[in-house]
Amino acid sequence: MSASSNSGAYRIKGAGRLTPARTARFTFDGKSYTALEGDTVASALLAHGVHLLGRSFKYHRPRGILSAGPEEPNALIDVSRDAARRQPNVRATVQEVFDGAKIASQNRWPSLKFDVGAINNLFSPFFAAGFYYKTFMWPREAWVKVYEPFIRRAAGLGVAPTEEDPDHYASRYAHCDVLIAGAGVAGLTAALSAAATGQSVFLVDEQPQVGGALHYDAATTIDGQNGYDWAQRTAAKLRAMPNVTVLTRTTVFGYYNHGFLGLVERVTDHVAKPGKDLPRERLWQVRAKRVVLATGSIERHMVFANNDRPGIMLASAARTFLNHHGVAVGRQVGVYTAHDSAYEAAFDLKRAGVSIAAIVDNRPDPSEALLAEARALGISVLSGHAVTDTGGRLRTSSMTVARNGGGDARKIAVDALIVSAGWTPSVHLFSQSRGKLRFDEANQRFLPDIYAQDCVSIGACNGTDDLAELIGEAIAAGGGSVALSGENRFEWTGGMIGAAEGAGPDTTVKAFVDFQHDVTAKDIRLAVREGMHSIEHIKRFTTNGMASDQGKLSNMHGLAIAAEMLDRPIPKVGLTTFRAPYTPVTYGTLVGHSRGELFDPARKTPMHALETAEGAEFEDVGNWKRAWYYPKRGEDMLAAVNRECRTVREVAGVFNGSTLGKIEVVGPDAAEFLNLLYTNAWGNLKPGKSRYGIMTREDGFVYDDGVVGRLAEDRFHVTTTTGGAPRVLHHMEDYLQTEFPHLRVWLTSTTEQWAVIAVQGPKAREIIEPFVEGVDLSNEAFPHMSVAECSVMGAPARLFRVSFTGELGYEINVPADYGPAVWKAIWERAEPMGACLYGTETMHVLRAEKGYIIVGQDTDGTVTPDDAGLAWAVSSKKPDFVGIRGLKRPDLVREGRKQLVGLLTKDPNVVLEEGGQIVVDPNQPKPMTMLGHVTSAYWSENCGRSIALALVAGGRARMGETLYVPLADRTIEVEVTDMVFFDKQGGRIHG
Amino acid sequence: MLLIHCPYCEEDRSELEFRWAGEAHIARPENIAAISDEEFAEYFFLRNNEKGLTYERWRHIHGCGRFFNAARDTVSDRFLTTYKAGLPKQVLPETGASEKTVETYEATEGDAR
Ligand SMILES: [Zn+2]
Repeated sequence: MSASSNSGAYRIKGAGRLTPARTARFTFDGKSYTALEGDTVASALLAHGVHLLGRSFKYHRPRGILSAGPEEPNALIDVSRDAARRQPNVRATVQEVFDGAKIASQNRWPSLKFDVGAINNLFSPFFAAGFYYKTFMWPREAWVKVYEPFIRRAAGLGVAPTEEDPDHYASRYAHCDVLIAGAGVAGLTAALSAAATGQSVFLVDEQPQVGGALHYDAATTIDGQNGYDWAQRTAAKLRAMPNVTVLTRTTVFGYYNHGFLGLVERVTDHVAKPGKDLPRERLWQVRAKRVVLATGSIERHMVFANNDRPGIMLASAARTFLNHHGVAVGRQVGVYTAHDSAYEAAFDLKRAGVSIAAIVDNRPDPSEALLAEARALGISVLSGHAVTDTGGRLRTSSMTVARNGGGDARKIAVDALIVSAGWTPSVHLFSQSRGKLRFDEANQRFLPDIYAQDCVSIGACNGTDDLAELIGEAIAAGGGSVALSGENRFEWTGGMIGAAEGAGPDTTVKAFVDFQHDVTAKDIRLAVREGMHSIEHIKRFTTNGMASDQGKLSNMHGLAIAAEMLDRPIPKVGLTTFRAPYTPVTYGTLVGHSRGELFDPARKTPMHALETAEGAEFEDVGNWKRAWYYPKRGEDMLAAVNRECRTVREVAGVFNGSTLGKIEVVGPDAAEFLNLLYTNAWGNLKPGKSRYGIMTREDGFVYDDGVVGRLAEDRFHVTTTTGGAPRVLHHMEDYLQTEFPHLRVWLTSTTEQWAVIAVQGPKAREIIEPFVEGVDLSNEAFPHMSVAECSVMGAPARLFRVSFTGELGYEINVPADYGPAVWKAIWERAEPMGACLYGTETMHVLRAEKGYIIVGQDTDGTVTPDDAGLAWAVSSKKPDFVGIRGLKRPDLVREGRKQLVGLLTKDPNVVLEEGGQIVVDPNQPKPMTMLGHVTSAYWSENCGRSIALALVAGGRARMGETLYVPLADRTIEVEVTDMVFFDKQGGRIHG
Repeated sequence: MLLIHCPYCEEDRSELEFRWAGEAHIARPENIAAISDEEFAEYFFLRNNEKGLTYERWRHIHGCGRFFNAARDTVSDRFLTTYKAGLPKQVLPETGASEKTVETYEATEGDAR
């Protein structure tokens, strides 16, 4: 067997640009085939006479290959290398064959040739446009259990892989003077012109080789050379220039603001054995000063009865398969066209030895030049005729031809039918750039009109059909000067949009507009009859153009059919906006390296490893990993927390407070600045002392809180909540830079510079004493709310006497790198004394026992300092601070606001649920009048009962009152109390 | 992704480096403690949210950290100018901003609505 026959019986010797000796083996639905290097899956299968590639979305109709490019709506396949490397919904016309590729058809069961779902085709009246919306409405539960699973099984694309993707994906940023999208004649010429001026140029094309339309158009010559050869030579010349980057197999999928473009480069999808170091795909994010769109145009199919059988395809696709891949799409090919381009396809096929059954042209008077060539080649042309039906089950076997306006129909045997309704300019990227289109009435197409960005469209996407004009346009777009001439054989004319003869409003035939979503001309008319008058509504009702191909072939036909029904001009019906991506982009490409641990990187404190070694369970607080509790053998969370809570109050506990937000506020006006940013007064705070501060926004609501230590006249160590540090710094910077720029203050984030080790409990002093130098830790010398710069184990330190537990407590700040050593030494001393390590859960319980609030848990952005019982922290003497006016707003000073109070359940063993709503009368009719909600609720081992904090309307006037928390299955009776549950006198904190 | 000129760095940088910070040229009243409820509402709550030319604040948060002002056409997203905080509102020629305004999302979707 010769190499050429081996690679398919429909491979034509001497035709195409592939090398017969270079073969690759692949399987399709388990059967093995030989392809040539450079084949797409589509061309390789066609070479073996395989046209049936899949089943349609809704009706499960047999479908084949419609196009030879990225616009393909039909031939979607599943491509795999191995179990994990599998990708569904790949266009067979884009996927290059590689040795060992495993290709499978989709949306069929049990087999492609016998598909049970095809019964949908018989019930097709039930699947008309809008069917889902009307039929699957009620009852609600049925959606989840019946309708949705049914729809997903019946109507669907491929199946997503279940294994983790082992490939990696790269990402690059680039800047250039001009990016040219599309490397056909126009793009290549513009690149030559731009490159000659010295500009940095990106030339990008989605195909493996440059050339665009020259892939199929073998008759065009450029500079006296065969067009395709000229394109390859030009690309080689451009690649050699230092200021030019040529990217093939790369799609410009998105054109965003300010010349920002998203590109996906397919690096290894065509390679049999990709090197492990190669990414599968690479995302390029390019900022271009100027963009040249040379994206060409896409041929449309004809809309007629049963126009979807395998073997029916675009004329330009048949020409690509012949002239590029050397494959004939049939042996007896019919042609149905409204445009000249199909003639050239027929001529090429005929010259290659393929029999042309007839050219059926719906136009009454095709050009004499074409007719003469057809005569010369012995091809019969039926002008003023239409194809009104096709025959065949899994492959088209005949076309029914009749004169326009009726007359005798006759059936002509064909094994393929190539069609053309003309060309749609690819304005997708232009539209994405927010450019405005105009309707070209003469040629029934939308063209770029008003540009929103520094961008120019050239060639077919700009409606420029004449080759000489196109070259001139491209040279001008590049900004340089190039001497270039081109010649093509025929000037193309013609084209139509909408339903063809025999598929009009008076018919009930299945004439497909959108192949991927199985939308027919009839469906679009039904949508109009149902009252959809905007193209946006028609689109959603019929799902026309809503499949993954975004209606590249169907939009114009759909629009024309709707306009005809509405009896309105096309521009008045409108065109739906094209949005990124131009073609589907894998998640892998968009995600790049940001997956696994890099997806949302965790922040770990310097002591993380030590906490892990001690058996800590962690909780996520923002991106921080915080030790939650330290279970000992056999302990569950509650047991561990109860032990930790008890131990801290009886002996002492060591806690990692490093995630606390820290901001260094420095400068001669630092105190004045804090006066303006906090509700408290700071002027009277002496160096060496600290104070609990509250920050409100201008509206008077609590924004953040924390302890602020004054280290010197001009230096403050400010702490914020763990989650609040970035926004508090942003808030401070905003006021400092824009409202109080006269203040001499500097702000520095120091959150990650300090490791913070809190030691709390009766033995706290005894534990830290040996490590601290330079401070007298006695109560008299260093009382509660003191701060000192000192050294701890020889490391420079800031020591706070501060407590979030109500016990004698210290917080040792040492530079982050010293954290682990200090932590280890303190714990080694504390443990034999009976102390414990404790985590955030115990911290929460202990602070609640003392009624200390957590901003963001006990407050929610609508709570004033007074609501939270912190009115004492609002200075009444300051002339100004952020929030001073907001606090006086009528709603903030009215009676009956929600106030933070304590709640004790009548049954001490019942722990309330945070978020539980509070009512006066649990038996009132629904919806009940709610007084507020539970903000914090815990089991308090130290109190021997449950405790809770809650926001309750008029709460402080309700002390002792009985209220209720109704839950789904029970109602909990509670008593309103003050917020301090443990050590109400507060003596313990002073040790 | 917008490309934004930081008037402090004097460089065009990607939007990733910036954070939007609301409408510009709303000064905090000097005597804020004494203003009326209506004046406070005007200062703190009410914003113009104009379509077309808008004056807004941005912060080069992952760059120099400075707040600055910008004039942007919210329809085309084109920046007309950016300038340092504290400078008066920059007067811009009436043309330019709205004339070339392109409303793809609405206009080309048809008058049929
Ligand atoms: Zn800057």
